Amino acid sequence: MADTNFSNDQMLKLYESMLRIRKVEEQLAKDSKEGNIPGAVHLYIGQEAVAVGVCSQLSDKDWIASTHRGHGHFLAKGGETRLLMAEVYGRDTGICRGRGGSMHVADFSKGIIGANGIVGGGISITTGAGLASKLTNDGSVAVAFFGDGAANQGVLAEALNISTLWQLPVIFVCENNGFSEFSPTNTVTAGNIVDRAKPYGTACETVDGNDVIAVWQCAERAKLRASRGDGPTLIEAHTYRQRGHVEAEASFLSKNYRDSQEIESWVSKDPITLFEKRIVDAGQAKIEDLQVISRAMEAEVNEAVEFAEKSPYPDPGGNEQQYMFT
Amino acid sequence: MAKKRMIQAINEALDGEMQRDKKLILFGEDVEISLFGDTKGLVDKYGTDRIRNTPISETVMSGMAVGAAAAGFNVVCHMMFGNFMYTGFDSIANQASKLRYMTAGQISLPIVYMSVFGGGRSAAAQHSDAMHPLFMNLGGLKVVTPSSPMDAAGLLRASIRDPNPVIYLQAAGRGGELGEVPDEEFIVELGKAAVLRNGEDLTIVAIGAMVRPALRSVDFQKTEGVSIELIDPRTLVPLDKEMIFKSVRKTGRLIIVDEARDTCSAASHIAALCAEECFSALKAPIKRVTVNDIAIPYSPPLEKNVLPNEERINNTVSEILKFA
Repeated sequence: MADTNFSNDQMLKLYESMLRIRKVEEQLAKDSKEGNIPGAVHLYIGQEAVAVGVCSQLSDKDWIASTHRGHGHFLAKGGETRLLMAEVYGRDTGICRGRGGSMHVADFSKGIIGANGIVGGGISITTGAGLASKLTNDGSVAVAFFGDGAANQGVLAEALNISTLWQLPVIFVCENNGFSEFSPTNTVTAGNIVDRAKPYGTACETVDGNDVIAVWQCAERAKLRASRGDGPTLIEAHTYRQRGHVEAEASFLSKNYRDSQEIESWVSKDPITLFEKRIVDAGQAKIEDLQVISRAMEAEVNEAVEFAEKSPYPDPGGNEQQYMFT
Repeated sequence: MAKKRMIQAINEALDGEMQRDKKLILFGEDVEISLFGDTKGLVDKYGTDRIRNTPISETVMSGMAVGAAAAGFNVVCHMMFGNFMYTGFDSIANQASKLRYMTAGQISLPIVYMSVFGGGRSAAAQHSDAMHPLFMNLGGLKVVTPSSPMDAAGLLRASIRDPNPVIYLQAAGRGGELGEVPDEEFIVELGKAAVLRNGEDLTIVAIGAMVRPALRSVDFQKTEGVSIELIDPRTLVPLDKEMIFKSVRKTGRLIIVDEARDTCSAASHIAALCAEECFSALKAPIKRVTVNDIAIPYSPPLEKNVLPNEERINNTVSEILKFA
């Protein structure tokens, strides 16, 4: 575990942010099972330390683009729980007024370019946002979250080349969660993903993606490089997708593709459980203090569900061309 | 008014827009040296922050345009040849055309993806496609196909100033074409077709480079006593449907000349619209003069045989006039 001199407040803030994601997604897992939401959801459970560690380094003027597994990034960057929940419920009060759904939650006012249904889709967009940051010269950075699956898209090679060549303030955060959809990463990926930075001369680091403090520190170094004009960094965060590729996948998959012992071993390294222990062991908070936060997050989620359920669906009788063009 | 070549008119329009709009950036392969001449001299005036060579990386370029536009810049993404837009198609189709809608209008994406398109120069199959129908079908893109130097400049200014993603396709074989261009800055509004010849017996709609052979045919037919109305839609999205309908209702006959392959061409779409909207006015079947569903060949006699030309248009005129 990474060393830390974090204040009690900082620690609890990181904890709260991770727990918010966890509670939202546990609710969505239940909603998916019960048929309360119309589309597919790809859950981030087990990976929260990556989004929270990185986004805690960012402000609203920094850009992030994310993935189909994007609720965590949205929430960690300051997206509102109730607006996300209403969006996934397909309601008119959602952050995208029901036009986008789970895979497209975005809030540009908070620098969230959005989740993305195309694996690797956010990589080029982030590179362009990084170009904008460089030209604006306002110290902002652009962060692309993507998975190990997306690392096998050609766009990553193009993006590493051009962003290094142009010294763009970009952070590429590859969350290696062990699976490329339904295929274990090692069956579809040659070599180490982090090494893909090396031929371009791009700065790169691996980090324990279940250690929020280690991620925080890694992101801090990358941000510093970016904002002082030293160009991009590729971070490979090793973590684990505790859930399936998509909720309810067991209903359509013909065979099991996961090892239950592997799941158990990673659940025992759950980033939130580890962080709880660390906070309590260091005497930075009592278990009761953490329970207060947990209850507050549950209340926030319950309020968000109620808000979503009470919200109307978008009116199909309205102007269907609205939002196509400005 | 002065006579200018199309590529010069485009160059001047880009220059003027770079001057006018400090948030406008342009990047693409070899734009500093300028293969076609459209971006010639711009890097010397505006510097490499705003005019910049990219690696040959269309996949990342098309998406970078989305990111830079989302972050507040106006972007011209120069894709060189239309066929290279296929290489960069993902971000055009999945991101640029959809992001505004998917986020309920949270952002505008002021991007111009520009390239040359079409054949006629023995550039062979991977440098000669007319792929505008692909972009028309995506819904979230404007599609612009100028046929004269004046329209090339006026439509480019409008495209750059438009807050939406625009596909700007300049006919590859027409860069050297001369035409009158006003001395003062002017805009050609997107979505407004032009009537290039007035006529009574037949309407021809011609797209991009097809306007020239269509003009020749119309002028020849006039000497034969056939009065043809020639319309250049100028933009395919938005399409000036009413101007086309009005003409077809008047003449009762329609030929569409399009350099796209026949299946699902712009010609097919315009034919379908007119069949639906102008059925009772039609005196003859609607005819399309297009490219057969084959790759564009290299050898000049083969390529010439594939592309629509004046002779094919004249034959189609004769065919259509035989009806009642």
